[in-house]
Amino acid sequence: MKKNTVQERKIENKSFLSKIEPFLYLLPFLIGLVVFTLYPVINVVLISFKEGYSHLSRNFTEWGLGNYETVLADPRFGQAISNTIKYVLLVVPISTCLSIVIANLLNQKLRFSALFQTAYFLPMVTSITAVGLAWKLMYNKNFGIINYLLSFFGVDKIPWLENAQWSIPALVIFGIWNILPFTIILLLSGLQNIDPLYYTAAKVDGSSSLRIFFRITIPLLAPTIFLVCIINTISCFKVFSELYPLFNGKPGPFNNLYTVVYYIRYAMMENRKYGIAAAAAIILFMFIFVFTMVQHFIQNRTRR
Amino acid sequence: MRVVLDHITKQFDDVIAVNDFSAVLESGELVCLLGPSGCGKSTILNMLSGILPVTRGTIMFDNDDVTTMPPEKRGIGLVFQNYALYPHMTVMGNICFPLETQRVPKAERIERANEIAKLVHVDMLMNRKPGELSGGQQQRVAIARALVKNPRLLLLDEPLSNLDARLRLEMREEIRRIQQKTGVTTIFVTHDQEEAMSISDRIILMKASLLQQNDIPQNLYNQPVNQFVADFLGNPPINNIPGTLRDGVFTAQDGRAKAIIPEFKGLTSQNPVNLSVRSESFILDENGPIECQVTRVYQMGKEEMAYFNFGGTTFSAYIDAEKNLVVGSTVRLSLKRRGVFVFDRETGERIR
Ligand SMILES: Nc1ncnc2c1ncn2[C@@H]1O[C@H](COP(=O)(O)OP(=O)(O)OP(=O)(O)O)[C@@H](O)[C@H]1O
Ligand SMILES: [Mg+2]
Repeated sequence: MKKNTVQERKIENKSFLSKIEPFLYLLPFLIGLVVFTLYPVINVVLISFKEGYSHLSRNFTEWGLGNYETVLADPRFGQAISNTIKYVLLVVPISTCLSIVIANLLNQKLRFSALFQTAYFLPMVTSITAVGLAWKLMYNKNFGIINYLLSFFGVDKIPWLENAQWSIPALVIFGIWNILPFTIILLLSGLQNIDPLYYTAAKVDGSSSLRIFFRITIPLLAPTIFLVCIINTISCFKVFSELYPLFNGKPGPFNNLYTVVYYIRYAMMENRKYGIAAAAAIILFMFIFVFTMVQHFIQNRTRR
Repeated sequence: MRVVLDHITKQFDDVIAVNDFSAVLESGELVCLLGPSGCGKSTILNMLSGILPVTRGTIMFDNDDVTTMPPEKRGIGLVFQNYALYPHMTVMGNICFPLETQRVPKAERIERANEIAKLVHVDMLMNRKPGELSGGQQQRVAIARALVKNPRLLLLDEPLSNLDARLRLEMREEIRRIQQKTGVTTIFVTHDQEEAMSISDRIILMKASLLQQNDIPQNLYNQPVNQFVADFLGNPPINNIPGTLRDGVFTAQDGRAKAIIPEFKGLTSQNPVNLSVRSESFILDENGPIECQVTRVYQMGKEEMAYFNFGGTTFSAYIDAEKNLVVGSTVRLSLKRRGVFVFDRETGERIR
């Protein structure tokens, strides 16, 4: 009897160890998560409600919604929101459509497709700041290659980066170019998951390739398209690193291109108003949250 | 529609999948394409449907040469080995799809889809997606999708291979019924000999890219052109007794057991032969030419399945249960006229 219980205890001990063992493996990651993600996130939420917060002394006057009131009353923030939404609404649909077409071409067994694939995915492995500087040169009014190429079609020189009206298209085009490779990779893997038998079946059923594209490819790709839209929407809401190199670190030629993240940076780095920055960040989060929910809702509706 | 395959060859890079294949399908026939895995059955269907280009030879549909016609123009119904139903469409959507591409008006599409669905008994499943159907139901939807456009030719690639034994039996009757009702020329691919024997007007038996025999089912069984055909058909498989044949005298491989077979009188072969006899073609006969030992007996009701040893080779035969065979005893057998063949062991050619 006694021997038995000893053995049992041993087994119990062992099972306790084996129970916590997986958590031990996870511990380094969990520590990182808590220190670098969870703590800052909670802190941002708290700071956004602290009025008169000083980041040096960590003192504040009282809890309240004052930061939010200030942010929402700031015309600069209104401009930032409107610019950001404009950017999202232009970049996400255009880049998705373009990517679907390009991914389809890449998926065809064309000659040189390996070469094209490399070419398209190059932006992904290049630093966005370096690329941004290159685009700045390409957008140059007098010497840029874009205006040079356009001149063949009889287009007058466009002041891409000097004119408030043209600065949004300049940013959007660069943003689309920058987001394409990632989008294409996702869509390409989605395409490669479609059994080619469906195309064969549709062909035997008498379909043209255009009909196959719209009736077979797109519906079967829909889950990937939705995924791409959601990921791109989130990343476009956070547009900043595309903006920064194009206009020498300024938000547009006449400070007309504030985006929400730029506004947060401006509030924090230039004005040292941490509370304001935190409140703006929370508002941005709300926007992203609502947009993503809407997309989820649409996805669920169409899936039925 | 009458289909003519004239000296068709299909070569992939280094593999010849179909070699100089010629056959004619008469209008309204159901022909089975039978053969072991990898012999080129699917390749032939794919060439008929236009999915694969032909390396050499011509395909005629009635009087039209369709050898290079693209698949969408051929008007063929194809049921794939694993159905390939469009997963995002309902059963109705799947059946309507071929009509959609023919620009049939919507009301007529739905009417025709309902009609064909009734024929294959899936009319109560119209709003389901393929993922929500059983294998047998999916298969019937696939047949409906292939039939709805009134194809000139219906091709079925091992449509029953995913089904359980009972459903298989049911579905092959179903396919036969539908085929006879619509009168569409049909090719049915299978590697199950029993399936082929039971539903087809004609069987084309293939082996390793080559056509072996193209005949009505009874002839394949009773008049095989070579050893492969004789071996492929029949359950239990045909008995092959290796030996030599000199002027009607069959000597087993051990050189001692001999049988003077009157039907073979005057028949001599230079090459070694197989005496190939179906199990139902032996008769217990005290004056018979084959003297052999009883090695095992299985009771199977009215008949017994008995195993005999002749010159070191074991073969099986159905024997009347009333004869009361004793294991270990020596008996004599004679041969019926049907189901007895002699094949050249080297070339596989039929000698008699
Ligand atoms: N695309 C291809 N490239 C190279 N070889 C191929 C290709 N398709 C088929 N083959 C070869 O051609 C031969 C015939 O193939 P096929 O698919 O017609 O066989 P099958 O008779 O349908 O077999 P199963 O009963 O297993 O379906 C096989 O040896 C196969 O390996
Ligand atoms: Mg096959």
